[in-house]
Amino acid sequence: MPPETARPASPRPAPADPFTLRPARVHEAEGRGKRAFALFQAARHPGPVIWILPGHLPELPMLRGLPEGVGPRLHLLRPGSEVDLLWSAEEALRSPAPGLVIAEPEKELSLTAGRRLQLAAEGGRTTGLMLIREGQGSNAAETRWRCDPQAAQGRDSTPQAWQLIKNKSGTCQDWCVNWNGATAAFHMVSEACERHKPAQAAP
Amino acid sequence: MALADARAICPELASRPADLVQEAAALNALRRWAGRYAPMVARDGSDGLIADITGVPHLFGGEDALREDLHARLDRAGLAAQSGIAESRGAAHALARHGGGILPEGALAKGLAHLPVTALRIDDGTAQALVRMGLRRIGDLAGQPRAPLARRFGPGLVLRLDQALGLQPEPVSPEGEPPHFGVRMSLPEPIGLQDDVMAALTRLLERLSAKLAAQRRGARRLRLELQRVDRETATVEIGLARPMRDPGRIAALFARGVDEIEAGFGIEALRLVAHVTEAMAPEQIGGPQGGPSPEDALADLFSRIGNRLGFDRVLRLLPAHSSIPERSFLVAPAAYSTAQGAPPRQGPERPLVLFPPEPALTHGMTRPGQPPASFRWRRMAFTTLRATGPERIAPEWWFDDPNWRTGLRDYWRVETAQGPRLWLFHTPQAPGWQVQGEFA
Repeated sequence: MPPETARPASPRPAPADPFTLRPARVHEAEGRGKRAFALFQAARHPGPVIWILPGHLPELPMLRGLPEGVGPRLHLLRPGSEVDLLWSAEEALRSPAPGLVIAEPEKELSLTAGRRLQLAAEGGRTTGLMLIREGQGSNAAETRWRCDPQAAQGRDSTPQAWQLIKNKSGTCQDWCVNWNGATAAFHMVSEACERHKPAQAAP
Repeated sequence: MALADARAICPELASRPADLVQEAAALNALRRWAGRYAPMVARDGSDGLIADITGVPHLFGGEDALREDLHARLDRAGLAAQSGIAESRGAAHALARHGGGILPEGALAKGLAHLPVTALRIDDGTAQALVRMGLRRIGDLAGQPRAPLARRFGPGLVLRLDQALGLQPEPVSPEGEPPHFGVRMSLPEPIGLQDDVMAALTRLLERLSAKLAAQRRGARRLRLELQRVDRETATVEIGLARPMRDPGRIAALFARGVDEIEAGFGIEALRLVAHVTEAMAPEQIGGPQGGPSPEDALADLFSRIGNRLGFDRVLRLLPAHSSIPERSFLVAPAAYSTAQGAPPRQGPERPLVLFPPEPALTHGMTRPGQPPASFRWRRMAFTTLRATGPERIAPEWWFDDPNWRTGLRDYWRVETAQGPRLWLFHTPQAPGWQVQGEFA
């Protein structure tokens, strides 16, 4: 077990909350709902959020649709090349200022790149989240999440399937969560329940 | 005189539009040069300079020699100039504009007597009224009783007359030089090692930041010029994400640029200029735990990233007043904007991610007023499970946006059976469905 890495400013991992990313480490998310997962994490991390997306990508976060409080804290970096993207991710992780660094690499993360990011995150005590394409992660990642939006049965439900498919310090698990993208609050859909029953709040 | 009249008199007249800004800049340059003749030099109108040469002429060998020296130098520079030296500022002004020359001490009244009254820096109306009364020369005016003159033409005329005759003092107020934020260093032996350059840079930065602190300014862009032994100059330029004058943090940004330059046979002189500065009030430095404050740490990060990627790639979202989704926010450089509170979440939901409209292929299977039951987008097939809408958004007629030429848009939030919740719109005026965003 590595030494305690939590910064005073970052939220203490609550044992009941499985979605707290371990601070000062780099995590990965893949799947169709990875951006929603990243913004969910952005809403849960205090301090500036840095989102690094390739300059040629047409997708942009829409200010009015972002979770509460994320808009003014969000900074976008749009590097022109993959090397610049990794470099700026490393620089951002190495700096103690950001609360969360989100990056969208387009190519497969090599073990060297993943390890460098991990070291930078440890140096700057900053948490990182790489939004990778399916199966292009690096072995150095602390956790890897597969995030997919699910079809809702009810009208006001926005279920997301968040699966922890890699975990260096714990077990893997699947969750079905209702998160509507407005705040950091979420509702855990009980595993024992059938889908057609109403979702229950997490304890 | 109008240009047409002038052309009628002289058909081969060549005319150029006046560039007042350039002329003022040239006059200002001349003013700085004229500082060699007197400690106090000021601009006098748009076409003249006035210098207080009290106690100076003997250094040049007398007033005549000084004036000759001035004219010789100006001639060599290709400038035609008129000059006058007199006891009072008003008299010198009048003399320089009416033939020039030197009025010896005590000969003011006699020397000015033959000059026209327009030489007194009075307005045209007063000058014409004086001429109409037969007072054409300053000599005529000086002999008149003061009280009737002041009653008839106001105190301005009498004041100008007194100033010209030296009865009223009129000092020369030199203009202050704008502060220059540049420092230089010449080295006794050429240097080539990176560490040496950085050490020299640190010393320069200390001096520069003292200069900046004295003026309460912070550097925004800095340029380091390295002069090599072979007369070549290498330049390193950096930008800062916010005004700053902390030598240590600025030096760290130069490291990458200094690493890339070619020292050749050695560098013998360094020059550091902060050519873009901004006001920067004294503020508390350092954060709660002794390190840099969080804002400083973020500004340092943006400076580092901006100097490699360009400051236009370090962005921030700002709210804007528009109901058009693409224009409801601005993507602005973070270094030149401040964060603003996000717009309130009210009204219909907005997607998390927005992109330029992409067509959704419906194969004609649509019912009017309803979103398609199934469609293809990005080579994936989707079945509509539930749809919320429509929300009609009209184009801004005062702003011609080619993307909105298709007219009105009816936006729907479409939940698909495959999972993704998409933001689709229909254009009734040019029937078709497009996908523009993705919800959580």
